[in-house]
Amino acid sequence: MKFLKAAFFLLALPVVLVLLWWVSTMVNPTFFVPSPGELVGTFFDTWFGERFTNDLLPSLGRLSLGIIGSVVVGVGLGLLIGSFRPLRQLLEPLLEFFRAIPPPVLLPLLMIVMGVNWRMQVFVIIFGSLWPVLLNTVEGVRATDEVQRDTARSYGLGRMARLRYLILPAAAPQILTGVRQSLSIALILMVISELFYTSSGLGFTIVQFQRNFAIPEMWSGILLLGLIGLALAVLFRYVERYILRWYHGLREVQRES
Amino acid sequence: MSPETTTPVLLVEGLRKIYPAPTPQAEAVEAIRDLTFSIPQGQLVCIVGPSGAGKTTLLKCIAGLLPATAGRLELEGKAITGPPKTMAVVFQEYGRSLYPWMSVQANVELPLKAAGLSKTERRERSTDALEAVGLSDAADQYPWQLSGGMQQRVAIARAVAYRPQILLMDEPFAAVDAQTRADLEDLVRKIWKELGVTVLFVTHDIDESVYLGQRVIVLSNRPTVVQDDVTIDLPDERDQLSTRSDPRFVELRHHIYGEIQRAKGNRGGDEQAASA
Amino acid sequence: MTALLNTVSEVRRLRRRTSSSPQAALLGAAGVVGFLVLWELVSRLGLVDSRFVPPASDVLVRFGQYVVDRAFWRDVGDTMLSWSLGLLIAVVAATVLGFLIGSSRFLERLTHSTIEFLRPVPSVALIPLAVLLFGVKIQAGLLLIVYAAFWQVLLQVIYGAKDVDPVADATARSYGLSRFQRIRYVMWPTALPYLMTGIRLAAAVALILAITAELIIGTPGLGKQIAETREGGAITSMYALILATGLIGVAINLVVRFFERRTLRWHTSVRMEVAG
Repeated sequence: MKFLKAAFFLLALPVVLVLLWWVSTMVNPTFFVPSPGELVGTFFDTWFGERFTNDLLPSLGRLSLGIIGSVVVGVGLGLLIGSFRPLRQLLEPLLEFFRAIPPPVLLPLLMIVMGVNWRMQVFVIIFGSLWPVLLNTVEGVRATDEVQRDTARSYGLGRMARLRYLILPAAAPQILTGVRQSLSIALILMVISELFYTSSGLGFTIVQFQRNFAIPEMWSGILLLGLIGLALAVLFRYVERYILRWYHGLREVQRES
Repeated sequence: MSPETTTPVLLVEGLRKIYPAPTPQAEAVEAIRDLTFSIPQGQLVCIVGPSGAGKTTLLKCIAGLLPATAGRLELEGKAITGPPKTMAVVFQEYGRSLYPWMSVQANVELPLKAAGLSKTERRERSTDALEAVGLSDAADQYPWQLSGGMQQRVAIARAVAYRPQILLMDEPFAAVDAQTRADLEDLVRKIWKELGVTVLFVTHDIDESVYLGQRVIVLSNRPTVVQDDVTIDLPDERDQLSTRSDPRFVELRHHIYGEIQRAKGNRGGDEQAASA
Repeated sequence: MTALLNTVSEVRRLRRRTSSSPQAALLGAAGVVGFLVLWELVSRLGLVDSRFVPPASDVLVRFGQYVVDRAFWRDVGDTMLSWSLGLLIAVVAATVLGFLIGSSRFLERLTHSTIEFLRPVPSVALIPLAVLLFGVKIQAGLLLIVYAAFWQVLLQVIYGAKDVDPVADATARSYGLSRFQRIRYVMWPTALPYLMTGIRLAAAVALILAITAELIIGTPGLGKQIAETREGGAITSMYALILATGLIGVAINLVVRFFERRTLRWHTSVRMEVAG
């Protein structure tokens, strides 16, 4: 019974929306919107042929590299900056400024400086999406509990040991919040980086469809991007739940009291 | 074994601590004016005083977590400039002192890991320590899954496994219910006897200080000085029921209570200076 | 009660973020100056190709020229127009929808899967659609801005509505308050800080999308100017415009945070009344 209820809530609204969509395309077919059936068919035809290896996989590859890069750089720098107050105060205005630059704006610049290749694209993704990670890491390091810090010091834990056993795990919840934000930015930047002067990739392909008025294909591309976004979100949730098992348990206990 | 011929484990002489003014408008706070006492090896000393008497400040200075403004602080003859290696501290806020991302056993082993002990040695010590505090079954659980009293036992086990020369305890049972507190007090005495470790126990609970200690140091109000130094001449074997109803216990308790009332009323260092 | 505590800790967090000591300000300024000097040297000394990285002084001069150029401000105005319009639409729609959904367990559960599915869809995926529908008119940009900003606000408002103190809510229900009244008197005060957070996030996102739309689609504004400098090979101008967008972003951030803090401060006192 509980399963049925959960299934109902999961599917009711989406099903209704899809039905409405289907009915409206039957009753009032328009050039701009394909019917659901058409869309699904097009989806598989378009993306599971040679485009899979020529466009989809390379794009996902760049996206993954970008995400990994932004986490590594963001956490690494964040730990460094967060640990030394004078350093943080020195860099704070600069970081605020760089964070406020809309990342797509750097594309024309980087295109000129680095040329148009996958390195530039990955760089754009990293540069644009590391900020939430960096800033959240800095914040997480700053917020290390005083008593936990005293405990580490009084038991003679050296700097490296403190970083590994205290600061990093304690800041993990905050850091992961930043990672989640950076995931959406990374996806956006991946698409944008493929819109100019490239000849392959998801973004490029979808724009080509639009330019050639291949509307169902265009929509299938949008759907694909949505699915990738969803997959990232789901994947992240699993990873987060695993890494932060202790945190969820702790919060559960706190909530009950 | 007279105190003069052997070096005391802990020497506090003329300790002074002033907190600088946080803003130009505020005033600097003289938390501790002059504290002088020494603790011989293996003694269980309790420190009591009114609220705000700088008990925690004193403990932090001794623990090397806070630099003193003036005075001499020596552990086994060596000046204390940072957290000493042969000292272990049990904090009041057990919930914030144990690391929630590690299991109980991992928490107990962490200082040992940092000190470079081998895996087998660590495992052996932590298992023994957990057994000593009665938590062998909880080794694989997480601190937040345990009750307050049990968490504090884990903190004690961590200190025990570390095998310190001197054990500092900062009002460790203040946040624990009365029943559990009684058990924990007995645990402290048991461990103290078994390990022969020197214990400095800070508390605001007068009964607890008399029950536990061989000696009770009473602190005055801010700016803090030593108000009184009382030897507890109760028998070595103590238990919650009989000891607490012992007439000598009541006398000592009464005396210390009176001292604290005096301490509360005045500004300690100023009163002494005025009467000098 | 926890909601109130969240608010209080929010205020503290907001206060803490701006480390406003004179030392901090000095170091911060030193950082900026140091960066500019480094940039200037690196470029002038030829450590990087000065075609790609013009000296800081050149860029600043060009920036100064833009500041007195009316055409520049027209572009800024275009960007700000689509930014503010898109933000406004998104905030209004998301607030209304968010309160409606948040005030009913049923609605919340019903829409949960749909929201979770649509939310991660990157707004740039809609670029082809926007171009198809609107070409290079401002509506193309608005589509993207509204879509992206909407989700930020919606989610925060739903969190806020859900965070309502159950006791306060139950009391309201037992007094027979209609849904609208409940929203107004109980939910609105609770959700306000969340709404402000949502607006802050949405403001940043809206700027990014506004500029992106101008850059890629060619709707009028700063982004379009930047694209044109690239085509013309005017690197120094490009840097200057990028500097401008960064400064606008910082300005928006500061303004929104200022309002957020004001609202929160006023609001804490209001919340105290609701909880009581």
